Amino acid sequence: MPKITYIEHNGTAHEIDVPVGKTVMQGAVDNNVPGIDADCGGECACATCHVYIDAAWLDRIGLPATGSNEASMLSFAAVTQPDSRLSCQIDVTAALNGLVVRMPEGQH
Amino acid sequence: MNAPVHFDSISDAYATPLDQIDVSNPRLFQDDVYYPYFERLRREDPVHYRKDGLYGSFWSVTKFKDIMTVETHPEIYSSDAKLGGITITDRPMEFRRSSFISMDPPRHDEQRKVVSPIVAPGNLNNMSSVIRERVCTVLDGLPRGETFDWVERVSIALTTLMLTTLFDFPLEDRAKLTYWSDCATADVNAGGIVDSEHKRLEILGEALRTFTGLWHERAARPAGFDLISMLAHSEATKDLVNDPAEFLGNLVLLIVGGNDTTRNSMSGGLWALCKHPAEYQKLRDNPSLIPNMVPEIIRWQSPIVHMRRTAVVDAELGGKQIKAGDKVVMWYISGNRDADSIDRPDDFIIDRARPRHHLSFGFGVHRCVGNRLAEMQLIILWEEIVKRFPRIELMAEPKRIYSNFIHGIAEMKVRIPT
Repeated sequence: MPKITYIEHNGTAHEIDVPVGKTVMQGAVDNNVPGIDADCGGECACATCHVYIDAAWLDRIGLPATGSNEASMLSFAAVTQPDSRLSCQIDVTAALNGLVVRMPEGQH
Repeated sequence: MNAPVHFDSISDAYATPLDQIDVSNPRLFQDDVYYPYFERLRREDPVHYRKDGLYGSFWSVTKFKDIMTVETHPEIYSSDAKLGGITITDRPMEFRRSSFISMDPPRHDEQRKVVSPIVAPGNLNNMSSVIRERVCTVLDGLPRGETFDWVERVSIALTTLMLTTLFDFPLEDRAKLTYWSDCATADVNAGGIVDSEHKRLEILGEALRTFTGLWHERAARPAGFDLISMLAHSEATKDLVNDPAEFLGNLVLLIVGGNDTTRNSMSGGLWALCKHPAEYQKLRDNPSLIPNMVPEIIRWQSPIVHMRRTAVVDAELGGKQIKAGDKVVMWYISGNRDADSIDRPDDFIIDRARPRHHLSFGFGVHRCVGNRLAEMQLIILWEEIVKRFPRIELMAEPKRIYSNFIHGIAEMKVRIPT
């Protein structure tokens, strides 16, 4: 199972095995990783599963397409960076084994 | 003397012909009898058309998933004020005021982004200590062993103080903010002071004059961190004051958004706990449940009953054909009781799993900008309540307001035992 590391804003790291086919958001929520709220449940409609993608992974994960729902919702989130993504929009595949994501100061 | 007639809402909801059901009747919310009407629509006709109802002809969207579909397709379902905006009431054209909640992207996006930093995580942390201080002062001033109105003494007192902070508004004039907020949302048929749109505009005219004065003061000073200063100093909104209708529209949005909703969750939460003694006991036994309980309170109260959209193209929704120009009403209060999306939705459960999966803040680009501030205020309030008062007793059923938009509690008599 791909291993994903979620790092809370305070630095606490959680290494989680997430089944292929789930999203990065679900991997956190299903394992009670704090810092990802996911209020809308994965509909790309709330921007409360916001994460920063580790620099080593950004090329492979990519950024949301201009004009996409994800780009639009992210534009309203607080504390965004150039490496911001909504984790409900990232599907877990075998190629993501070792992915590292960091959580923002708060989900809003 | 006539004996009081007991109104059986369940029989009425199921005996009324389906096409005659009109969930827009504000009485259903004032009398707290709306539940079976929505229950029937969710079961029998989840996207329901009411022709020539009390508020015109409109579609009712009653299930969680269908509401989510409308929320996430602003290109189909518009919020534009000129088309009718966000409430089921069709105001005459001259009274339709734009604000960023009643705009579509991209203009909506530009204006919303100006004010959203005030509720960003860092600033919430900054505000938490002043909120806690005020909560403590208000709670310590409450009488013991004596019946009083929780709405006035706690819910209004606290939310009005919050507004003064957000606007950096003169503290001594704060009652005006509550008054303007109530006038802005009053149903003209409610029997209150606002009995026409002209009367509403006359009262809100004072708000506009007051805030125009504050705007010019703040525009002349370096940028500060209150909503008016932020609007006055931002590129996207620096000329807003020259468009009085849109300025007033945004003021009303920010005042109502920062006031009514939290106020009614402060009242509704205590009501819910008093009606569910086992949950109240759970809270006393384990105050660490408060951050989980607060979103459940917000779901249970559903402070905004509905939001309206207007279709700008033909679309299919839940198997129904929506035509361009149709009025589409998302009943949050119904979607929040949809068993297909929420487990045991008719139970108030303070330790519910995934409590934030509710519709009270809306979803999509118009999702409530202050949702985390609202939660924080309620969390602090309940933390301080449980430290002080082992119990608060409900002395009478709450008096609710006549509105199909604001799910409001006007008065709630309670007592704190000595």
